[in-house]
Amino acid sequence: MNILIKGAGVAGLTAAFALTRRGYSVTLLDPNAPGMGASHYAGGMLAPWCEGETAPQVVIEAGIEAIGWWDEVLPGLVERKGTLVVAPARDQSELERFARRTTRHQWLDEAAIAELEPALAGRFRRGLFFADEAHLDPRAALAGLADAMLRMGVRLVAQADEGDFARIIDCTGRSAIKRGSGLRGVRGEMLYLKTYEIALSRPVRLLHPRIPLYVVPRDNGRFMVGATMIESEHDGPVSARSLMELLNAAYALHPAFGEAEVIETGTGIRPAYADNIPRLAGSGRHLSINGLYRHGFLMAPALAEELADRLQAEPQRRSAIA
Amino acid sequence: MLTLYDTTLTSRLLLGTARYPSPAIMEAAIRASGTQIVTVSLRRETAGGGRGGQFFEVIKGLGVHVLPNTAGCHTAKEAVLTARMARDLFATDWVKLEVIGHHDTLQPDVFALVEAARELCADGFQVFPYTTADLVVAEKLLEAGCRVLMPWASPIGSARGLVDPAALVSMRAHFPDVPLIIDAGLGRPSHAAEAMELGYDAVLLNTAVAGAADPVAMARAFAAALEAGHAGYHAGLLEPRDMAVPSTPVIGKAVFA
Repeated sequence: MNILIKGAGVAGLTAAFALTRRGYSVTLLDPNAPGMGASHYAGGMLAPWCEGETAPQVVIEAGIEAIGWWDEVLPGLVERKGTLVVAPARDQSELERFARRTTRHQWLDEAAIAELEPALAGRFRRGLFFADEAHLDPRAALAGLADAMLRMGVRLVAQADEGDFARIIDCTGRSAIKRGSGLRGVRGEMLYLKTYEIALSRPVRLLHPRIPLYVVPRDNGRFMVGATMIESEHDGPVSARSLMELLNAAYALHPAFGEAEVIETGTGIRPAYADNIPRLAGSGRHLSINGLYRHGFLMAPALAEELADRLQAEPQRRSAIA
Repeated sequence: MLTLYDTTLTSRLLLGTARYPSPAIMEAAIRASGTQIVTVSLRRETAGGGRGGQFFEVIKGLGVHVLPNTAGCHTAKEAVLTARMARDLFATDWVKLEVIGHHDTLQPDVFALVEAARELCADGFQVFPYTTADLVVAEKLLEAGCRVLMPWASPIGSARGLVDPAALVSMRAHFPDVPLIIDAGLGRPSHAAEAMELGYDAVLLNTAVAGAADPVAMARAFAAALEAGHAGYHAGLLEPRDMAVPSTPVIGKAVFA
């Protein structure tokens, strides 16, 4: 069966990979290079238990699967080092609240934090450690996935005639947002800092009553700091206020970030459904995977496999009826 | 019944629309609470685009009154500008006027608040000012043209409840005919009941509901607390006494101990 997947972000790429692996002939349509939409600005945290603070169980379960999926598909890219969650001294109640709303964590004291992240020694009295979580570099992951697929024979095109395909899978993310689609955009702003004065091994979340933020270490002294959550579809450059808040959070985590170079800022629009739960939708010839919200890397693998399962089940059902 | 700027309402709960786990949960919480007024922050959501997109469509589609607010504004000028944007966007003269004076406590800058209130009232706005329990400021806001006052109970989002009940009692006594809405600082349903027992007309909440583990159940709990407090106030509350007062008659007993 010939399948057209529209959109080469994390949803489209994972779907294309899952389908190709099961023997379908896939064409991937995107006028831009793969992974250049909202996925480009993702944190790449595979943190299902942390997300459970506000996300429902279905996201947590899919997220747990995602860690293994990425590790299997792109060996060596997934860092299974957990997540550290801390809060400034005055916001300790936020840490208590976060602990109450999540599972699979352990409380750390100052010494245990120092053991885990020596750079943060003496900075926080208490923290929460989610040992089973992981992270990856989303840009490296999407590039790796695109390479793997091209080798497997997926065609990447900038234009296609839908009439040539038996199934059309819409993974266009924010481009699908319009009245009546059930989708809305949630603006996210992020930045990259570069410094060799501090090293972290894992994502660190800094809780704050209004602006909870995270810092994710990447290679070559780079750190991704993200991300704002603003109910807006405006994709203009990062605002001064958001930039200030992101930098404040990084600085509160460690003053060495004050000396870092700001090497990139970016804005992405996260497509989201009203319940913020990503889903496979549609029927017959037209299906879609959308509304990945802030759970792209966490939810895309499960949705891609669900799509592949559904397509595989179809002919069987037909023969059963016959 | 509660009347705010000639609009009659049966619910005494106003709900904010920020920081729910999802718009779907927000909508369910609003429905469960029976609230008829929701506040919407215009400041950040518009982020240069002049429109909030689909989220504002969700708000407009709720079928309740929208009270746009100027959250995050630090000067009178900024607040007036935001109020005018809100009027265009939501086609309403209502505005919850917030001018923040202190970044940390989010305490209102009452001087800029009065200045902005004057300008907005003169321009035909119906202003709901977020203020402290200061009586002089309250008088100046009424002089400016406000017909509703919204004193804080404690700092925004602090969940501390009524930290200075005496000030709120005196405010109620000074302005018996002005609708008074407790805005900010409530954390528990008992706080809302307490405010209503002081004779307040309504309360405005956001974090206490949006940040609860189950926002929908919490919205319902607050609505019930408000109803209890309001009914209790009008039923006539007992004055506290220092001594026990037996509820069963003691006359006729052998010993009057």
